[in-house]
Amino acid sequence: MAEAIVAAYDGSAAARRAVDHALALAKARGAPLVVAHVLEWSPYSFLTPEEIAERHKRRSEEITRAQSAVLAPLVAELSGRGIEVETVIRYGHVAETLCEIASEHGAGQIVIGRTGHSTLASRIFGSVAGSLAQMAPVPCTIVP
Amino acid sequence: MKRRFETRALAGAAAATFLAGAAQAQTLDETINSAFATSTGWFVTFIFSNFPGTSFPWIVGWLVIAASVFTVYFGFIQFRVLGHSIALVKGDYSDPKDAGEVSHFQALATALSGTVGLGNIAGVAVAVSIGGPGATFWMILAGLLGMASKFTECTLGVKYRNEYPDGTVSGGPMYYLTKGFAERGMPGGKVLAVLFAVFCILGSFGGGNMFQANQAHQQLSGVLGEYPGWITGVIFAAIVFIVIVGGIKSIARVTEKVVPFMAVLYCGAALVIIVMNIGNIGWAFGQIFAGAFTEMGIAGGAVGALIQGFRRAAFSNEAGVGSAAIAHSAVRTKEPITEGFVSLLEPFIDTVVICTMTALVIIFTQQLVIDPETGLYVMNEATGRIATVGDTSGVGLTSAAFGSAFSWFPYLLVVAVVLFAFSTMISWSYYGLKAWTYLFGEGKAQELIFKLLFCCFVIVGAAASLGPVIDFSDAAIFAMAVVNIIGLYVLMPIVKREVESYLSRLKSGEIRKFT
Repeated sequence: MAEAIVAAYDGSAAARRAVDHALALAKARGAPLVVAHVLEWSPYSFLTPEEIAERHKRRSEEITRAQSAVLAPLVAELSGRGIEVETVIRYGHVAETLCEIASEHGAGQIVIGRTGHSTLASRIFGSVAGSLAQMAPVPCTIVP
Repeated sequence: MKRRFETRALAGAAAATFLAGAAQAQTLDETINSAFATSTGWFVTFIFSNFPGTSFPWIVGWLVIAASVFTVYFGFIQFRVLGHSIALVKGDYSDPKDAGEVSHFQALATALSGTVGLGNIAGVAVAVSIGGPGATFWMILAGLLGMASKFTECTLGVKYRNEYPDGTVSGGPMYYLTKGFAERGMPGGKVLAVLFAVFCILGSFGGGNMFQANQAHQQLSGVLGEYPGWITGVIFAAIVFIVIVGGIKSIARVTEKVVPFMAVLYCGAALVIIVMNIGNIGWAFGQIFAGAFTEMGIAGGAVGALIQGFRRAAFSNEAGVGSAAIAHSAVRTKEPITEGFVSLLEPFIDTVVICTMTALVIIFTQQLVIDPETGLYVMNEATGRIATVGDTSGVGLTSAAFGSAFSWFPYLLVVAVVLFAFSTMISWSYYGLKAWTYLFGEGKAQELIFKLLFCCFVIVGAAASLGPVIDFSDAAIFAMAVVNIIGLYVLMPIVKREVESYLSRLKSGEIRKFT
């Protein structure tokens, strides 16, 4: 079977375009599709004492929400298209985590969307798509 | 943290104000002061009384002896595991699957922002100006010993925390005193836990709140000119309200972010000043060691230096008080001992690094006046301190020392003091809340009552110079240590079992790095 294709998905329209592109590729190659949803998280960020106490609870809520509101509708839509679809939810630095997911699944390609317009912040700090293009271990397609 | 000296100085300043306006009718402040002083004075006097025949406060002895006992009992654990502690904070041993949970780094940073405060800036200046450079030596020693107390209490805090079905956690001395004592079949755990909770609530209103608001106002009015304290109080209370009641965490996150930045900037500036005066290095360390062991003309000689140094360290890093055990108990870890290892870095950073920087800058920039003929320090008889170049003390002395190298630094110091005060308040609001819910039960209504009360005390603290009230809440914080350390003595064998098991598994390779 062909190498898997990882598509980053956060529920946005840009991400949806990426999934559609990845889907077409997967179909053409007969490859499985991995839909990855990464929640931005740094273990070095700062939290208040109260946030620390509630963190475990919040994390479970966030994962449940991501599963039910973001991934489940997409999976329901993609089922029956003859493509093997797997979903992954992770916490971490978005670009780095996508690379990890790609290596773990032995994926041959990462597909990610971009919003198109560049904000001041992304000009200074870089965007997810930008950093992914620089660090991806496999070919990376950025869907406009 | 809380400084009895500054409190005293404050009360003194307040008294002077009152004397100046003696013709005025008795103010509300005075009424509260006198009522409070008569009813709680005995408690304050008891907590801060000296060992008979000395000028050494027994509570400082209690903290330092406990720290020494834990250091010996755990075989100098703070030096043996320092490298491993740093690896834990870096996340080398964190399971990547746990991403999104509270990391060791986050628990440490939050606990630190509760202890790093005015004590590191003003308290050290007071200690050095009374005890001379020798106080630095004893302060560092007490800071190193305090690491063992912190290690013991934070391990227990995680081990005996309560985890609720919804995934939230509550931990701290209240829980290890009850559960730990029950486990060892010892009576009295519940009584100690309730006492601890009561003292913790009082301490959170006082030293963790009113005192901070009061000092922040002193600093602001020093820069902006005199204005009524209630204005600062209302602004501070509103911000605290938004954070703790409104749940707008972004403001707190900003300060939590700025505080470590300030701490790094502070230490960086201190290092630059030390390098600028590097020619004094031999002399400065000569003064520190000579002052630690010999008569240098200061009040009480070497013993005076020891008292000041120990006192400063104990009051600054809160090791043994039990507050850090509350802060650290929420971390996600399978091994409670790892949080103990991480927490022992706290007194190191707070006292051995930051407090020492303040002391070194004051010594290196030669703020303390020396008699050129005798080589001894010149005493200012009126204040009982060593005379300083600009005749300053407390924050003023630190400000003058840094200002001698960077003229803009005093302004930055004001910002730092205000932010440190704010982050200390946020931390203590949580400690008090945990004690409150321990006594009155978990629930939204109970929490709201405490949080509203907490905001009211911010205004009171900034508006008034309530010396006796603040004395009382300082005493409450140290009363926490009395209760907590009794518990630590009883429960330390449990911690020892954990350490031995963990370290043997670490050695055998059962516990491995993930990266």
